[in-house]
Amino acid sequence: MEVLKIATAGSVDDGKSTLIGRLLYDTKSLTSDKLEAIEKTSKQKGYDYLDFSLATDGLVAEREQGITIDVAHIYFSTQTKSYIIADTPGHVEYTRNMVTGASTSQAAIILIDARKGVIEQTNRHFFINNLLRIKDVIVAINKMDLVDFSEEKYNQIKADFSQLMQKRDYKDQNITFIPVSALKGDNVVNKSINTPWYKGQTLLEHLEVLNHDDVFNTGTPRFPVQYVIRPKTEQFHDFRGYAGKVYGGQLSVGDQVVALPSKTTSTIKDIYVYDQKYETASRRSSVTITLEDDINVSRGDMLVKVNDLPTIDKQFTATISWMDSQSLRTGNKYVLQHGVHKVLARVETINHKINPDYSGVEDNVSALTMNDIASVSFKLNKAIYYDSFIKHRTNGSFILIDTQSNNTVGAGFIQ
Amino acid sequence: MKKDTSTINPLENEAIYIFREVAAQFEKPVLLFSGGKDSITLVRLAQKAFYPAKIPFPLMHIDTGHNFPETIEFRDRLVKELDLELIVRHVQDSIDEGKVKEESGKYASRNSLQTTTLLDAIEEFKFDACIGGARRDEEKARAKERIFSVRDDFGQWDEKNQRPELFDMLNGQIELGQNVRVFPISNWTELDVWSYIQKENIEIPSIYFAHTRATFLRDGLIWSADDEVVYREEDEVVENRLVRFRTVGDMSCTAAVLSDADDIATVVQEIKNSTISERGARIDDKRSEAAMEKRKQQGYF
Repeated sequence: MEVLKIATAGSVDDGKSTLIGRLLYDTKSLTSDKLEAIEKTSKQKGYDYLDFSLATDGLVAEREQGITIDVAHIYFSTQTKSYIIADTPGHVEYTRNMVTGASTSQAAIILIDARKGVIEQTNRHFFINNLLRIKDVIVAINKMDLVDFSEEKYNQIKADFSQLMQKRDYKDQNITFIPVSALKGDNVVNKSINTPWYKGQTLLEHLEVLNHDDVFNTGTPRFPVQYVIRPKTEQFHDFRGYAGKVYGGQLSVGDQVVALPSKTTSTIKDIYVYDQKYETASRRSSVTITLEDDINVSRGDMLVKVNDLPTIDKQFTATISWMDSQSLRTGNKYVLQHGVHKVLARVETINHKINPDYSGVEDNVSALTMNDIASVSFKLNKAIYYDSFIKHRTNGSFILIDTQSNNTVGAGFIQ
Repeated sequence: MKKDTSTINPLENEAIYIFREVAAQFEKPVLLFSGGKDSITLVRLAQKAFYPAKIPFPLMHIDTGHNFPETIEFRDRLVKELDLELIVRHVQDSIDEGKVKEESGKYASRNSLQTTTLLDAIEEFKFDACIGGARRDEEKARAKERIFSVRDDFGQWDEKNQRPELFDMLNGQIELGQNVRVFPISNWTELDVWSYIQKENIEIPSIYFAHTRATFLRDGLIWSADDEVVYREEDEVVENRLVRFRTVGDMSCTAAVLSDADDIATVVQEIKNSTISERGARIDDKRSEAAMEKRKQQGYF
C-alpha cells in the first residue's frame, strides 16, 4: 500500500492537534479505548466537546503545559493509503522540529486561524516547507465556525497568502486552500454543509488522490553504497553485493555505471531484493546490486550512471538550518554526513543569515544560534559526490554532527 | 526474473535500510527477540537486508520466566532453522542476585523487572545497538521515539534531548558506554505487521490464533488461568473460552481476546475491524497515563 508522509505546521492554538484528532476520528481510526480515554479526560477538564488534541499530545510535559514540544508521529489509513503525520510544533523557537518533520514528508498542511489570518508565523511555516521543497502544500484555513463560515474572510486570507507565494523560491510547489473547522469536522473528511460556496475537495479527499508523481521529487539515479554483502559460503563463494537504496531515478540490469570516488566503470549484473532477482531497481527501493567486474567499492561510495556524474568536490555553499544550543562559528569543525558518507567539514564563511519570514537577509553574521537559517560555505577533508538540493532532494542534503557531543546539530541543503 | 521493485512495500524498504545502517555503523548490535510477532517480523526483515549472507548479529531474549510455552518452543525452532546465535538472560537471575524485587499482589508482573536484566546484559556483552520491534503507533510516548534512539550509560532515555532525524540520515555516533536503541519498524502499524506476516507467509506462535484456553475475567479483561504465574483470587472463576492473543508479553500482564480467528487471513480481517487498540490488553500500560514514558526513561525497550 502507498505510504504518504505529511508534515503539519501551525501556531500555538491554531488547532493542529485537534485537526489531526479529527482526521483520526472521522476516518474511524481512533480505537474505542483511546476514544474512551479522550472522553474521560475531556470530561475531567470540564469541556463540553471532545478534546481530540489529547489523541496526539504524547509526553507528560506536554500534557501538563498543554502544548506539543517535539515531533510526534501519528498513523491512520484508508482503503487507498497509509498516512503518517509528523506533528511538529509551531512556536518560533522550534524551527528545528519543523525542518525535521518536513525533511521526511512529501506533503504538508499549514494551518491558519481564520480569525487571525496570515500572521508572521505563517510566513515561517511556508518558508520552511518551500525551503525543503515539499511538493504538495495544503493551506487549511481553520476555525471557520468562529467566523460564521464567511467566504469573504476565506478569500481575504487566500489573497494574503498568495502575496506570500510571490516570494517563494520553489515555484512548482502545488498549493491548495481548504476552509475547515477541525473542532466541528467541516471539510476535514466530510464535506461541510456550512460552506456551500466552496467547491473544492475536503482535506482527506485531496490527500487521497495525490499520487506518486504529485509528491515525490524526481532526479537522476544515485546509489550510495550502505553495506557490502560478502556471504563467504560455499554456494555464494564469490558473491560481492552492494546494498543500498536507489534515489532519484531507477537502475536496471545492464546499465553502465561508474563507482565514485574511484571512477571505475562496470555494468550492473544482478539486482536482488532478498532471494528474488529484478530487472529494474525502482526509486526508493532497498536492493542489493552486483557488478560484472570485480572492482573495489565500499560503504560511502556511490554508483551512478555513466555520463551522469554528480559534482565531486571538497567545497561548496549550503543553506543551513542550525539546531544546536552551541553556536556555529567560522572555523568550527563538524562531521558532515552526506547520506551514508561521513567526512570532516570546516566552516569557511557564514555568508549571510536568512530570515525565515521573507523579511530579507542579514550580512556580517559571526555565529549561528539555534533555529537560525543561513548560507554557509564549507571546506571538506575529502570530496563528496553531490547534486544541488534543487536538482536532487536526497543527494543535495546533509547533516552536521558535533564532534564532541555526537549530536545532530544542523541540516544542510547544498546550493 | 521479476520486472521492477516498485510494488515492494515502502515500509519494508525503510526497515531494510535501517538494518543495513545498524550493521554498518555499530560494532556489536543485537536483535532483542521476545518471540512476539513484531520481533519475528524483524528477523524476516533482517534476513532480507543481508541475503545471501547470514544475519550479522545475534538475537537476545530477556526471559521473564513467565512465558507462554508456545513462544519458547517457537523461538528455539526459529533460531535452529535460520542458524542464528541466541543469547538468553533471565529475570529470575536478577531476582536471585537481589538486583530486583519481585512484585506482589493482584497486578504483580515481571514486565518492568526486565529493564535491569536487559541493562546488565548490554553491559555484559558490550552491545552498542539494540534492535527492537517497538512501533510508534503502539502508544503515545512511543510516537516520539526516534529510529536511532540514544541511551546514556545508565540506559536512560532523555525524551527532551533527542537527536533530530532528517531525511533518511541516521546518526549512530555515540560515546563509549552509551548505546542506541534501533526501531526498524517504527513507522509500521499493527495492521501493517499482520498484513506483512500474511503476505510473506511468516510462521508465528500458535497463541496468536484462536484456541480454547482455561481463563478467568478481571477488570473486563480475559486472563490465562495459569496458577503458577498469574495471580488469581479465589472468587475469580476459571472457564474455557475460545481466545487468541494480540500481543505476546509477560504472561502475567497480557490478556487474551475472545476470537474465532484461527488463521492469518481471519486475524487480518479481525484487526481491520477492531475498535480496541493492541495495548488495550496490556495491563502494564494502564497503570497510569504516563506509564510507558516512565518505563522508557528508566531504560525499558
